[in-house]
Amino acid sequence: MSELFTQAILVSMFSATVRIAAPLLLVSIGELVVQRAGIWFLGVEGSMLMAAFTAYFASVASSSLYIGLLAGIVMGIAVHLSMAVAAVTLKINQFIIGLGINLLASGLTLFLYRESFKMFGGEVPTIRPFETVALPGLSQIPILGEILFNQHIFTYLAFAMVGVVWAFLYRTRYGLEIRALGENPKALDTKGLSVSGRQYAALAFGGTMAGLAGAVLVLALTDRFVPNMTNGRGWLAIVIIIAGNWKPLPILLAVLVFAFLEAFQLQAQGIGFNIPYQLLLALPYIGAIVAMMGLRWRSEQPEYLGVPYHRE
Amino acid sequence: MQSEQHPPHLEVRKLTKMFGALSANSDVSFKVVRGEILCLLGENGAGKSTLSSCLCGFYQPDSGQIFCDGVPVLFNSPRDAIARGIGMVHQHFVLVQSMTVIENIVLGTHDHGWALGLDETAEKIRNLCIHYSISLDLYAKVWQLSVGEQQWVEIVKVLFFGAELLILDEPTAVLTPRESEKLFAILRKMTTDHLSIILISHKLGEVLQSDQIVVLRKGKIVGNVRAVDVTESDLTSMMVGRPIMLRTNRKDITPGAPMLQVSNLTVLSDKGQSAVNDMSFTVHEHEILGIAGVSGNGQTELFEALVGVRDSEAGRIQLSGVDLTHQGPMDVIANGIGYIPDDRFRSGLVGSFSVEENVILGLQKREEFADGPILNRRHIRDFAEDAIDRFGIVARSVQTRTDTLSGGNAQKIILAREFWSATKCILANQPTRGLDVGIIEYVHQILLEKRCEGFAIVLASEELEDILALSDRIAVIFKGQIMGVFRAGETNIDQLGLLMAGQMVENVA
Repeated sequence: MSELFTQAILVSMFSATVRIAAPLLLVSIGELVVQRAGIWFLGVEGSMLMAAFTAYFASVASSSLYIGLLAGIVMGIAVHLSMAVAAVTLKINQFIIGLGINLLASGLTLFLYRESFKMFGGEVPTIRPFETVALPGLSQIPILGEILFNQHIFTYLAFAMVGVVWAFLYRTRYGLEIRALGENPKALDTKGLSVSGRQYAALAFGGTMAGLAGAVLVLALTDRFVPNMTNGRGWLAIVIIIAGNWKPLPILLAVLVFAFLEAFQLQAQGIGFNIPYQLLLALPYIGAIVAMMGLRWRSEQPEYLGVPYHRE
Repeated sequence: MQSEQHPPHLEVRKLTKMFGALSANSDVSFKVVRGEILCLLGENGAGKSTLSSCLCGFYQPDSGQIFCDGVPVLFNSPRDAIARGIGMVHQHFVLVQSMTVIENIVLGTHDHGWALGLDETAEKIRNLCIHYSISLDLYAKVWQLSVGEQQWVEIVKVLFFGAELLILDEPTAVLTPRESEKLFAILRKMTTDHLSIILISHKLGEVLQSDQIVVLRKGKIVGNVRAVDVTESDLTSMMVGRPIMLRTNRKDITPGAPMLQVSNLTVLSDKGQSAVNDMSFTVHEHEILGIAGVSGNGQTELFEALVGVRDSEAGRIQLSGVDLTHQGPMDVIANGIGYIPDDRFRSGLVGSFSVEENVILGLQKREEFADGPILNRRHIRDFAEDAIDRFGIVARSVQTRTDTLSGGNAQKIILAREFWSATKCILANQPTRGLDVGIIEYVHQILLEKRCEGFAIVLASEELEDILALSDRIAVIFKGQIMGVFRAGETNIDQLGLLMAGQMVENVA
């Protein structure tokens, strides 16, 4: 096992951690805002998957990564807004819609993928993914530069979003309103502020983030779409929010821990050192359960999370 | 009072609000004069809350008109009413518990654009507080405040929005007598600032402190009088439709042997803090121990510990010598304790169950109601029908869903069940909360009957009238501790009120 700890391997492992963290962070931060607004959206996995396929298809069809990226984001927003219609306007049970969206997305993307196969003449076209961007100066720092500052532009964006969302939630009046939505929507309603308008807005933001995350998977981290390629990342985002106790910085920490576990597992397999990967896959969930037990009395879980708002 | 040619601050003309086929308000008309306190008086279900929800834009009336300063207005949402300077203080506070006082107050305003700007706003809020002599810690979290303090937050919140007409729905329901006095002083101060108040209440004493009284019964106005022209009994007959006297015939009985003994009991709240702190008391046969106090001072946790649904941290609970400490509810019930919880639909009944299912809830294993694992539907039905007769429960049949019944009838189902299974002791937490005068009278009578039969009864109530009318001894609870115990007749409302607010009084009995 000692060969795992040479400097080159450690650098590549931490660099992979940061790379893997990006889409997970994007989708988690988006879902955080959605949940703070009182919506428990379980369909992020589906939203991400739909966005990934759309990004792939659009970029192959148009031969433009940017059009693919845009199409992915639009799809993420569209799926999230369908949740808004069902949960906020029609007040259907939030869990059922979320599960439905996941099942639909899984089946639909597989079907469309096979159809697109025929369209592209029976082969799986690959795309030329986004290149990494070495930040001038910073990327020259030994070791750290390699790990942190030679990444995709989306990775920098994902980490920046943690600060942006933190500042929004805790330092602006609108953020205060979003947090109040999850805690007691009636407090907004009795002041004459639209509850549903703000929940739509929160879901639109969540959709942007999930769409971006899905697009990044295809357009930056690989070079093609693979059925069910989100591989539980949407579910993991929900677990991460619970483990991070609905707070941006602990969520960042949780994302890094889980991304490291995955990077470690990949590296370990690469040199033939085999830990059952099922165990590593289960670790985040075990971690979240432990976190929940520990946080029982200090839970920041929004009081009205998942409860549709009715004006009595 | 202003001269006659000024239009009234608010005028309601022929307002009607229907819920399905049920009319909550029909043909309601009245005027609020600027700078006056108008009181809406009525029993539960008389339509007071619906009416106020129409006035603050929360509901839209089906017909009728509302005028503000003589101008007809249409409120499509609370936003429109707020724009007209109408602010509502809801009976169940609409505060975000996990946020600070100042965050709750500024929530929904944008006087600093996107920025939170709390420190700049704090100055403005402090001036409001000083003007009305309200003391508030702006940076405390709401959940850390007492219910009385939360009431001040609600009021400051509405004033901060620039309200000129305040609607307060049952504002004194959660206040100690002393806090209620302070509230009325603040309201009077507001009227001298030319603000107007609509006060919703069913407490006659405070109703008479207003200027104009509008009495509602079954959604209609049955009286519109100046407060100086009427007495309490005039108002009661208007409100109930018949004269009523809340008096009890409490016989003198010497209490018997000790029945329920609680020693050094400590119980934690859901947040893990101590809610009941080293508490000791004894209740005897033929005795009612009244527990006076504003709710949220540990009553619920105390009762839950006594009936075994919440484990105690320390101390002992004994029932006529049998140790019930750390026993589960099944054992507690089997030992002869009956429990009337404070929130009847959350802890006492299953709303979607029928009357017959609720009336045996928890007793389904008893041989009277089951043959092994199979429920004996015939026995259950007979028992339920008998309960409906004896307790005068108004329900179409034993199959009726319980959540369609009124609060009073729902409470009677609990009484029927608990009085059947209890043999020694009855624990009643806020048994008259939210009930009409007629039903309150009934609950009082039946508790006194049980006292005659030899039960030991613990009665917690926020209504000092309940406590003073029924108790042999009165214990005042504050922050999980008993502040003092008095024999009935050796204390008065003022003294109890002081203790309820946490002030120590010397020479307790």
